[in-house]
Order: sequence, then structure tokens, then C-alpha cells
Amino acid sequence: MKKQFQFGAVIVAVMLLAACATKPTPPAEAPTPEPAPPVETAPAAPQKSAAELEMEAKAAEEELKRQQLLSEERIYFAYDSSAIDEPSRAIVEAHSAYIMENPDVTVSLEGHCDERGTREYNLALGERRAQSVQKLMAAYGVQAKQIVVVSFGEEKPADPGHDESAWRKNRRAELVYKLK
Amino acid sequence: MNRIKRLTVAAGTLLMLMSVLLTAPAHAILTIEITQGVDTGIPVAIVPFSFDGTSKPAQSVSDVVEADLTRSGRFSVVPRKDLPASASADAEVRFPDWRALKLEGLVVGSVQQLSTGKYQVQFRLYDVFRQSQLAGYRYVVPAELLRTVGHQIADLIYEKLTGERGAFNTRIAYVTKEGALRRPQFKLQIADSDGYNPQTIVTSVEPLMSPAWSPDGQRLSYVSFEDGRAKVYMQTVSDGRRQLLAEFFGINSAPAFAPDGKRLALTLSRDGNAEIYIFELGARQLRRLTRDPAIDTEPAWSPDGRALVFTSDRSGRPQLYRIKAEGGPAERLTFEGDYNARASYSPDGKMLTLVSGHKGRYHIATLRLDTRGLQVLTDTPLDESPTFAPNGRMVLYATEVRGRGVLASVSADGRVRQLYRLESGDVREPAWSPYNRELQH
Repeated sequence: MKKQFQFGAVIVAVMLLAACATKPTPPAEAPTPEPAPPVETAPAAPQKSAAELEMEAKAAEEELKRQQLLSEERIYFAYDSSAIDEPSRAIVEAHSAYIMENPDVTVSLEGHCDERGTREYNLALGERRAQSVQKLMAAYGVQAKQIVVVSFGEEKPADPGHDESAWRKNRRAELVYKLK
Repeated sequence: MNRIKRLTVAAGTLLMLMSVLLTAPAHAILTIEITQGVDTGIPVAIVPFSFDGTSKPAQSVSDVVEADLTRSGRFSVVPRKDLPASASADAEVRFPDWRALKLEGLVVGSVQQLSTGKYQVQFRLYDVFRQSQLAGYRYVVPAELLRTVGHQIADLIYEKLTGERGAFNTRIAYVTKEGALRRPQFKLQIADSDGYNPQTIVTSVEPLMSPAWSPDGQRLSYVSFEDGRAKVYMQTVSDGRRQLLAEFFGINSAPAFAPDGKRLALTLSRDGNAEIYIFELGARQLRRLTRDPAIDTEPAWSPDGRALVFTSDRSGRPQLYRIKAEGGPAERLTFEGDYNARASYSPDGKMLTLVSGHKGRYHIATLRLDTRGLQVLTDTPLDESPTFAPNGRMVLYATEVRGRGVLASVSADGRVRQLYRLESGDVREPAWSPYNRELQH
């Protein structure tokens, strides 16, 4: 899925730039010169104002940022917490927009925990983490039928290590897309 | 005459071949070592049981007895080389020869192969000082039950000499994980409590969790992710038949059989968050027990079936609560430490074993229900899943040693410790079975 986003990012960026470039502008009217030998000149490029150029750059930058956020498919959590921090909220927002634009996709929110604590409590905590993401998506307008919540507790770690550097990678919610 | 002799030899050879096939040596996948024993064990001597027959069985009853008593950490078994020269079959016990060893118990016995192919096992336990017999029994069993006889004899000796019931004639269930990170294989296995005779109940490429024994020891309930999410199954140990018990929306987990074997407590999140439910196995009816937006999970039945203890984070972090089986308010039980979870009752109903955490380190502890006193039994930081032996004297739990999942046990008073290692892979989630059915004697 990550590769598709990157490819898509390039395509969209190019299309947007092309779209900006082909914005119609009235051709310059040049007065007929006095009899002079015919001279080959290249057609004049459409003139853009500084404001237009700035808008184009900004839109491209935002689109790139959006694609970067969409390429993030994991939200991480603090120890024993299901709260979503600011950077993660931006990721969820970007995914929410994408889901709303694509009624054919379902996203599975998979909740996970690190290995500390008891397994059954962690199974429920993993669900709570996935539900946090679900609630936030609903707040952004995603319909319930496009979201599925699943928890794996501590049973499917991303990193099998037994220290904080591993545990940090395991406290997560993964966004897994499926086509209907 | 010659012809009969030849036939007899042929028959004897055939019998020998058959018994070798039938009694293929059982090996332990789980190896157990004592890491801490009491300073002064009860001194006992076990004379290797004599054998009378044509084909000696692969399993030595007296070896099983000796290994059990040694492993309990409460006995000091006289090494074989230090046994008096006269030691042999029980008819010839000469007490004066044994007095020098200052024993509390002397075990002698015999195994006799019968014409039916079964074995008759006899043993006697003597009090050397008083020169009296403390116990003596006789069993008739097929070869595959010889280890069971050994465990039953060890339980009898344990009880006679310590005053407490033994727990050698029991089994343990556990989950193993082998293979690479991205391609793991999970198994739910059961084995004798000494690690022998492992039997795989379920194999899966998706996680397995929370094995729970039925009170009659015939069934196991467990959580399987084979369908992509947590569902609860119940399986008969003897024939492997299984039923899917719970696949409601959300989590289906934490099965726990009621002492009457007719109900199962479960954790379900079908109503939006993890709550405890009671499932009537006969009527297939579900009754909700907890009503709280917090996580409520890990139900454990009291031995009288009248109450359940469970884990809830309704006060902010996980703590233990108790509720009547018919429902009602939940009473908080734990106030020390910042995390108390996964309770399990002792067989006499007076104590709980639990996981008690503080500042990110998780230990095994016990809680006395009368005084609410918490006693931490371990100091390793990643301990979980404690389960009592059916005599209430040992707690078996999962921990980690040098990056590998292993099982460990600690006596309720903290004095005896053992480690259970798998040949390869991780082992976790132990559940100690109820007592095995007793063999006739």
C-alpha cells in the first residue's frame, strides 16, 4: 500500500502542476510591425502573477504532505495509554479524508500492545487503542461501515525485543486497507 | 517337548516385540530443573523397585517417584550409591541396616508382569525409626499407565510425610510459539506435570491464548485467532472434538469454567467495551455480569462458585475486584501497587495469586482474602499467567529468561523454585489441571 501511495503522490503532483500550467490565459495581442523580414519567434509562455505561482507551490506542498501522512499506516501510543497525540491526529485526519473520498475501501484498525502486563488485559487495551482511532475518524466524518476494529493484544509484536526500543514499536494501531 | 519349548520361545519373543512397540519411551519436551530448594529436605530412601517378568517396561515406576519427590524441593533423597547393600525387594527390609541413614521414610516396591500383559505394581512406605508401615498399595495397570502409578505413589508418600496433599498426578496445559517472527507456529499442548507425555491439542499459524481446564479435566477452553480475530473454543482432550463457543462482534476471550462445569465466564466486547459475561453451556444463554465503561476482564471463579474476581481499570489502572456470581456491585480488593491483574483462586478459596506490577515491573504475588495482605513472590520483571497447583502449594507462571519464554514455579511460601524450559521456542500461558482421576488400588 505504501508504494501505491508514493506512486500516486508523484502522479497527483504532476497532474496538479500540469493543471496549474494549463490554466487558460488570454493570448497577448501584438500590434502588426512595419514591413520587416519575417522572423521566427517562439510563442510567448502564459504569464502568471506571483500570487498564482505561490498558490501553486503551496498546493503542491500540501498535497505532498497529505501523501506523506497517508503513507504512515501506524499510530503509536504511550505506555498503558490509548490517547492519540498531535502528530498522530494529523495522520488520522489524512486517512479519514482519503476514506471519505473512496467509498469502496474499508479500513481495518488493528490494535496492539507491548508485552508488559497481562495478555487478556492487553487484548482489551489493544481494542481500546483501535477504538480511539475509530472515534477520531468518526469525528472527521468517516462512516461506521467503512471501519472495522480488531485487537491482537500483545500477540503480534512488530519487534520481538524485550526493551523499550522494541516496546515502543509494539504499542500501536495499524491501518490496513481492504477493497470491498 | 521340544516343540512346546520352541513355541514358548516364539511367543515370548513376540510378546517382547509387542511390548517394546507399546511402551516406546516417552520423553520430556519440557525439562524441569530446581533452582531453589529448602535447606533441609525430608530424608527418604527409595529402593529401585524389583522387576519380575519377561519384558521390562521402558518406564521405571521408582524412577518417577524419585524424580517427583526430588523435584518438589522438600525431600532429600538418598543417592542410589549410598543405599545399603542389602536393599532389594520389600520382603527383605532389614531395619537395622537403614537406621544409620536417619531416614524419615523408606520406599520399597516391585513390578510384576502378568500373563494378561498388564503390570502389577506394589509399594510400601516405611517409617524406619518406628519400624512400621505407613502405606502400602497394589495397582494393576497397562504399560502406558506406569508413569501415572509412579505419580500417584509419589502423591501418597508426599502426603504421609508432609501432612499435605501432593500434586504429582496432574497435568499442565500451555501454549508454545516457534518459528520465525513473520512465520510463527503456535501450539496448545498438555503434558504431565513433570513435562513428560506432551500432547498437541491445537496447532495454528495464528495466536492461541488463555487455555482453561474444565473441572473434570476432560475439556479445555481457549482463545484462537485462526479466523483473524479472538474467538473462544472448547475442545475435548481425549478425542479432539471441538466447538466454537463465542464469535460475537468484538473480542471473545478469557474463558473460565465455573466449578460446576456447567457455565463459562467470558470477556466479550460486543456491547462496545470489554465486559464479563456468564455463558450457560447447556442452555447456550448469555448473561452480562459487569456494566462499566472501563475494561473488565480476566474472570476467575471462587471454588464454591458463588463469586468471581476480575480485573478492571475503572479506577484508572488495572486492579482486582470481586462480584457475586448472580451479579451486583463490584468490591475492590487491591490497593497496593499501580497494577494488579489476572487473579486465580487457590483451591481452598482463601487466597488469590495474581500479577502485581509497579513502575513497569510485573511480578507474581499472592493476596490473602481475609487480611488483604499482598505478598510478592518473584522479582523478575516480566512475569504473568500464574496458576495454582490443585493442592494450593505451588504457583506455576510464565516468565522470560535470556529473551526466551519459559515457565517457572514457586511454592506459596516462596521457598522452592523451579524452571521449565522448552527444547526450542517460547512457552507461555500455563494452566494447571485439576487432579487426574485416581487409579484403582
